[in-house]
Amino acid sequence: MRTSETRERVVVTGMGIVCPLGHDVASLWEGLLSGRSGVGRTTLFDASTFPTTFDAEVKGYDFRRHIRHPEFHEGCSRGSGFVLGATVQACKQAKIEVETSKPADGIDRTRMGIYLGAGEGSLDNDSFFGSIIAGWDAEQQRMVWPRSIRVAMGQMSAVRELEQEPNMAAGHTAMLTGARGPVRSCLTACAASTQAVGEASMIIRRGDADIMVAGGVHSMIHPLGITGFNLLTALSQRNDSPETASRPFSGTRDGFVIGEGAAILILESLTSARRRGVPILAEIAGYGCSSDAFRVTDMHEEGRGAAQAMIAALADAGLTTDDIDYINTHGTSTQENDSIETLAIKTVFKDRARQVPVSSIKSMLGHLIGAAGAAEIIASVLAIHHNIVPPTMNLHDPDPKLDLDYVPNAPRKMPVNTVMKESFGFGGQNNVVILKRFREEA
Amino acid sequence: MTSARVVITGLGAVSPLGLTAAELWSGLTAGRCGIARIKAFDPTGLPCELAGEVPPYRVQDHVPKVLRKAAKLMCRDIELSVIAAKEAVASSGLITKGVDPEKANVDPTRFAINIGAGMISCDLEELGPATAASVTDGRFDLRKWGKDGMRQITPLWLLKYLPNMLACHIGIIHDIQGPSNTITCAEASAHLAIGEAAQIIARGSADIALAGGAEAKVNMMIMVRQNLLKRVVMNRNDTPESACRPFDVDAAGAVFGEGGGVLVLESLDHAQARDARILAEIAGIGQSHSIHTPYAEMEPEGTGIRIAVEKAMADAGIGPEDLDLILPHGTGVPHDDLAEARALEAALGPAVRRIPVWPTKSLLSTTGAAAGALDIIAAVKAMNERLIPPARNFTKPASGCDLSILTQSRGGRIRHALCCSHTFGGQTAAVVLKSIDGGAGR
Repeated sequence: MRTSETRERVVVTGMGIVCPLGHDVASLWEGLLSGRSGVGRTTLFDASTFPTTFDAEVKGYDFRRHIRHPEFHEGCSRGSGFVLGATVQACKQAKIEVETSKPADGIDRTRMGIYLGAGEGSLDNDSFFGSIIAGWDAEQQRMVWPRSIRVAMGQMSAVRELEQEPNMAAGHTAMLTGARGPVRSCLTACAASTQAVGEASMIIRRGDADIMVAGGVHSMIHPLGITGFNLLTALSQRNDSPETASRPFSGTRDGFVIGEGAAILILESLTSARRRGVPILAEIAGYGCSSDAFRVTDMHEEGRGAAQAMIAALADAGLTTDDIDYINTHGTSTQENDSIETLAIKTVFKDRARQVPVSSIKSMLGHLIGAAGAAEIIASVLAIHHNIVPPTMNLHDPDPKLDLDYVPNAPRKMPVNTVMKESFGFGGQNNVVILKRFREEA
Repeated sequence: MTSARVVITGLGAVSPLGLTAAELWSGLTAGRCGIARIKAFDPTGLPCELAGEVPPYRVQDHVPKVLRKAAKLMCRDIELSVIAAKEAVASSGLITKGVDPEKANVDPTRFAINIGAGMISCDLEELGPATAASVTDGRFDLRKWGKDGMRQITPLWLLKYLPNMLACHIGIIHDIQGPSNTITCAEASAHLAIGEAAQIIARGSADIALAGGAEAKVNMMIMVRQNLLKRVVMNRNDTPESACRPFDVDAAGAVFGEGGGVLVLESLDHAQARDARILAEIAGIGQSHSIHTPYAEMEPEGTGIRIAVEKAMADAGIGPEDLDLILPHGTGVPHDDLAEARALEAALGPAVRRIPVWPTKSLLSTTGAAAGALDIIAAVKAMNERLIPPARNFTKPASGCDLSILTQSRGGRIRHALCCSHTFGGQTAAVVLKSIDGGAGR
């Protein structure tokens, strides 16, 4: 393979988001500073008898209002609709033309790629369960397949089925932007979009693209998604107080609150950003990835993989723990994650661990699963831009074993030049991205 | 200095032709067809009742004794990947924790994994009792499901079907603690995963990687989906062995199947230092995207495929005259095959008519995320055996498919081979392999 002599610097030149706190980056930041919760009763389906009856939904959003040619995307999944809106915003900020076959923005589309951490779409529940009911032989406790096939073939829609595939969001994004460079989609559970941003940066650094549309999208707020997480007892069941249920690092935390959305960043080589004269929002300084290789059911007890990813990202950035001003945590509000993440931070940051502010915006946003990392990277860029660390809300009952500075309940004005963003996926895939304020000298 | 050169030192293949790479190769050379009437379930009522199914196996035979319990959390896609990974590791001569914990000689933190996966459909029979307990007046009742139904499902149910669990299970078995990713770009997944893993080694983030893909598409819901999308060959249920006919004038659609393919990738330096048997070099990677409305089919000129091929050739630093073999994606869907033929012709020019083209899906079926890996394994075997087997089910080219498809086997040196893939949704990928025939020097 061809090798690149120079190491391209990678910068952020655009951001867009559709999330439970709003449909643009300004709403996200306003929500984070005011400590607003995006959590409420589940409205996307009747969850009244489920163990968990609340979530963090994107409200009042219709992708058709955000693009000129919705007809090309008709029938797309809920998640793909989110991506279209988020991509339009990010491209606008980065001065990239969309929805045109003849862009005049001076960008070679074969040098522009896409990398999404993207989840599968929702099942067509009525047809899916209807097919099982039709085929299930209760006496024999088995399926009579031809009965099931008849119902499925009769009721299911080809488009609806196709749009569930996790690579379709990248397909819609390509059609919107005209990107013809490297296009990948990954699904490493809760770490997917941090991985997407990290690997997209590596594609630019290697010289395989000048611009990458990178980020994540996911909506698992559907009956089988919630069923899966409820069975794992991973979700908070604080049904009497949804807005305070996501309480990372609190002693009374009882699970995560599931959210949904899409978050997109425009990553660009410094050379390209300078050539185009677009404003630079931050620099991607380093990326680290590791795996726990421990158990599919649990994180490594000592946070071995989490710590290794942090160390790898620091080394890649050429930075030390002294350089990190703020850690935007994975902070899910589960017993396990918040304890082990705290431990891993202590392992890596040693004496400095208690001096670095660490917070979790999942306390407001909920857990966007595949889209979580990219949404939190956007918040990290905003923290640098505004010199404000967003808070960990709902932290009123500290866990005596967790003793870092979690920035409880109110944002903090302070110099923020460098942020470490962590994401850890179910199954043990860990990803860390380091962002820093852009300065001309490296 | 680390070498940017990445080589293949191990192969593992589970396919409709057998449970090993050797059986894959002997089946392909003998022209044995792995396509037959579906056995996993009674397919009566599907327009296409055919599939490529993997012969029976016992997963326990392929998982270390201490991890037998973990095997209970493996869906079929995971099983196929675990079996292929085991063979790949064994054939490389590396001793991982999964081979022998006492003698393991691999640094786990310098060991990466990147396994492509599909959208995994759950086992419908597993949901039978829960669904049956959630019926009111013959229809699915979500309130009953939330209250009673879901509680009949095993608590860890979700973990069996997350696509990232292929990489996680393999990582646990072989103690892989370096970068880990799960590419979910349907049939382009394996090429994209292998390409990314090679780049991870080239950039110095790992010395060794397991890379490939696996998918079990012989599931009622998945087959219904492919039938609804009209990608399958219909009305050839009586002649399964001649049903799938890539680039042939009588082609009428694809047949879907299952498989797993895993490569051991290694930096050339690392492979040479341990005196490993080097099978081929990953010489070039190319990626792009098809952009077309209606987006659910390939653009007629195959532009996205052409760009991926051009980029892979440029990355390898070779021209069409250096190419001695092409393994096209060639599914048997006439429209897609024509687009691919046009793309190859546009990318390689008139030389394309001299280069032997060997489509494999007439025997293997379209195995989703495994497809690209099985093709690379076939190409590596062909290079090392200096033999190109004949294409099956090819008698007369479809109009516009002016490719040199061999109907008789051909011997001789294969300097470089090109493998292509593309998928619904639009992602395209190409990989150029270089023979190490005559040493890995130069």
